[in-house]
Amino acid sequence: MGMTITEKILAEHGGLKEVHPGMLINARVDIALGHDVTAPIAIGEFKKAGGHKVFDRNKVVLVADHFTPNKDIQSAQQVKIMRDFAKEHKIGHYYEGGDAGVCHVLLPEQGIALPGDLIIGADSHTCTYGALGAFATGVGSSDLAAAMLTGDLWFKVPETMKIVLHGKLNKWVSGKDLILYVIGQIGVDGATYQAMEFSGETLGELTMADRFTMANMVIEAGAKNGIFVPDETTREYVQSRAEREYTFHESDPDANYASVLEVDVSKIEPQVAFPPLPSNVRGLSKVGSIKIDQVIIGSCTNGRIEDLRLAAQLLKGKQVAPYVRLIIIPTTPDVYRTAMSEGLFDIFLAAKAIISPPTCGPCLGGHMGILADGERAVATTNRNFIGRMGHPGSEVYLANPAVAAASAILGRIAGPDELKGVHKI
Amino acid sequence: MKLKGKIWKFGDHVNTDLIIPARYINSSDPSFLAAHCMEDADPDFMKKMRPGDIIVAGENFGCGSSREHAPIALKAAGISAVVASGFARIFYRSAFNMGLPIFESRTIYGLVNEGDEIEVDGDKGTITISGKEAGPIKIEPIPPFMQELVAAGGLMAYLVKKRAGG
Repeated sequence: MGMTITEKILAEHGGLKEVHPGMLINARVDIALGHDVTAPIAIGEFKKAGGHKVFDRNKVVLVADHFTPNKDIQSAQQVKIMRDFAKEHKIGHYYEGGDAGVCHVLLPEQGIALPGDLIIGADSHTCTYGALGAFATGVGSSDLAAAMLTGDLWFKVPETMKIVLHGKLNKWVSGKDLILYVIGQIGVDGATYQAMEFSGETLGELTMADRFTMANMVIEAGAKNGIFVPDETTREYVQSRAEREYTFHESDPDANYASVLEVDVSKIEPQVAFPPLPSNVRGLSKVGSIKIDQVIIGSCTNGRIEDLRLAAQLLKGKQVAPYVRLIIIPTTPDVYRTAMSEGLFDIFLAAKAIISPPTCGPCLGGHMGILADGERAVATTNRNFIGRMGHPGSEVYLANPAVAAASAILGRIAGPDELKGVHKI
Repeated sequence: MKLKGKIWKFGDHVNTDLIIPARYINSSDPSFLAAHCMEDADPDFMKKMRPGDIIVAGENFGCGSSREHAPIALKAAGISAVVASGFARIFYRSAFNMGLPIFESRTIYGLVNEGDEIEVDGDKGTITISGKEAGPIKIEPIPPFMQELVAAGGLMAYLVKKRAGG
């Protein structure tokens, strides 16, 4: 019996010739990631277990990105715990201040997360790296502590759900819309414990940015990991960045899938997820008139340079609607510098947008753009749970960056086609 | 392991943002987190609940963010167990790793009302509803090593105890 790409990576890291779904294995990890929210607990657990040394100082990655720049005394204390640990253990990949960015954008950009890797992170969106053809999954802080100590962790080999994408993408439709559509089809627990493997002819049209967005949100369907078989697009992205060797795996033709979901992408329009669940999805044409107070363009889901370029294309020569705040968050120092040198900041400032430093910030209701009772936001982020971006009486609508930018200009949820003089290049 | 308590009922897809909102996870202090446990689902929850109480919920409990602050908050609040129709993957592991016993049962949700008292027997693998004729509901028992892990207070404390031969 053949194996899926997920099974192959797990088998290789478990030192096994073959694995099958349901099997419990112990496997070595290539990267163990924590951030300012989850690492302090992991560090506490590490010490509780009598840990004196991390298994490999170059394989532990710590990023201060959630409540940074430090929001208050409590968050400053959390970062201090992480910084002190990083110093003590000479952690090779420690990012803070002007080095730091949103971890799930930063790691691929810096060539730290690579194809064929087994990556665990104490953050549910660790699944993002599956876009590179890696096995990447979110864990709790205790599991991160165990991995930092020993360099390995136990896993249950997941079944794989195959999502086959056919057809050509419509105008303004991107990876965000495809993954929202799929979550809308299968529900927020539709892939619990499973791997979601994306395949089909449409993949050739999808940029790495699209793929990162899609792999990022598989957790919103409960999946353990999301994965793309690497191709030339992947190679082009990683070859100039990789800091070490990497491996391309692919699924065998006779690999076994728990289920197959066929999606004709030519039937999909831009999607909007209504509160309070990412599965609560409607096509843009069925949204109706919903007035908004804030727009966020950023996060590990859609805060890459491609997303900012798209927003700038729509915002050029236009202004944010009265009484609406548009907050743009370049997610890493590289994204920030590129956006600045390409002149995107001039467009954003002229449009009266706010440009934030790299941070997770408002995505999780941390800081830098919190909502009051009754306020509504359109966000390119990943979750629209009750109270996610602030007051429990506020609302978050998830959308792609083009819809977010158009909504900021019109002051209501809207598509780019409603703007005058806009043509997609 | 026998856990008896009054139940608080919550629906499907109780995510970790509801269990402990992100605005409080700039701290990892258990008593601070406990003070805000379930706040956005029920602002008075912490005023109403008593240590030893049990949460009964629907599908996919603990979905969303991987924050281990969620099981920490529940445990520090004094919740003795969570019984749900299903759990999200990361939460399932983290709850045991933090020493919070959790049980899967697809039957119980429809049989109980908020305020009922139940007894969960982790050894035998049963749940009994006080004052109801219906026989005990079968659940998966917690194996001895997992009970030891919970009794020790979580995965790390358990490993230390085992290493010390305790």
